[in-house]
Amino acid sequence: MNYCLIVDDSRTIRKVSRDIVESLAFEVAEAENGAAGLASCRTRMPDVILLDWNMPVMDGYSFLKELRKTPGGEVPKVVFCTTENDLKNITQALEAGADEYIMKPFDKDILCAKFQSLGLLPEAFSV
Amino acid sequence: MTELEFEALRVFLKARSGLALSPDKRYLVESRLAPICTQFKIENLSRLIWEIKAGRSPALEKATIEAMTTNETFFFRDKTPFDLFQDVLLPRFIKERATSRRLRIWCAAASSGQEPYSLAMLLKEASARMPGWNIEIVATDISNEVLEKARAGLYNQFEVQRGLPIKLLVKYFTQKGDLWQISPEIRSMVDFRYLNLIEDFNRLGTFDIVYCRNVLIYFEAAMKANVLRRIAQIMPADGALVLGASETILGITDALTLDPAYRGLYAKAQYTGALPRSALAGSH
Repeated sequence: MNYCLIVDDSRTIRKVSRDIVESLAFEVAEAENGAAGLASCRTRMPDVILLDWNMPVMDGYSFLKELRKTPGGEVPKVVFCTTENDLKNITQALEAGADEYIMKPFDKDILCAKFQSLGLLPEAFSV
Repeated sequence: MTELEFEALRVFLKARSGLALSPDKRYLVESRLAPICTQFKIENLSRLIWEIKAGRSPALEKATIEAMTTNETFFFRDKTPFDLFQDVLLPRFIKERATSRRLRIWCAAASSGQEPYSLAMLLKEASARMPGWNIEIVATDISNEVLEKARAGLYNQFEVQRGLPIKLLVKYFTQKGDLWQISPEIRSMVDFRYLNLIEDFNRLGTFDIVYCRNVLIYFEAAMKANVLRRIAQIMPADGALVLGASETILGITDALTLDPAYRGLYAKAQYTGALPRSALAGSH
């Protein structure tokens, strides 16, 4: 079973994301900021990370840069999932090593399509 | 709406657009045609059907057909047809058209443009392998409304996130307020035209590659056979037809044959040219 880490400071967003990701047959863990996310990754490296941008303690951008320097940290697919929806932020995220980018708000169709394009779900998977 | 009125609408849609409206789709009629009643200041659905039967307003007839057409689409929808284009069809036609350096592609039910623009982006990505080529993408649809949207190339946040890799969004789109617009360069690669598939389309010329996905499912068998036969006629001997994954021609036409190696890919019946069998991972 694929394993997904959701890193977001909003409990509501984590809950909504968890419901969607679990419905796609993923195991899910949560972290409320980048530092907690890194600690979680050091314990068990996920297959995919849904990552918010603005968070207290450590933001998503800093988390991603640290993750990619961590042993095994190049493995997870990282999907930024944020309200920072302008081209500048998206470009910055891709340069930092993000694999995909989801602009909030999003729905199950979008997440499913992104996971399919990243090879995390079979193409035949239908929501 | 009475049974007779629903039947009259069914007969009209089938005759004018090929659309086979099954009885279980009755619920769709009200939701899709209510805005047309408002637009044309017609008091109710029964009156609208009466007006259509009277045949006095081509604009009303066209709006009704457009409203009943399904326009569901998104960028790189189903992924496999685009992998097929990139990994199988393009390499094959780059080789087979090396002398003429001309390639014509038809998206036969283009809706709001995501399919032809997806192909255009792939062609742009492959442009280094095709210097000096004359490439045409003709994209047709029965709805002028969606064609207008397609020509504008403007999509909302949900539309650009369904299937479009973020790297292609960054590369080929610009932000226009809350919307995203595909670049003029990609837009200029696609020629959008109005076309009703049940009418003659010989005037479009011949096409090396035809994408006709998820439209024939709305036609009855006889109309489906008719359209497929005419598509085969405007394909060269080595032309390729791509249908939707859930569509089949089995028992419908013998003008085309399924390529056993690639789901959804069809060739003209007499074509015996070999396709590269291992180009598309997981196609077997």
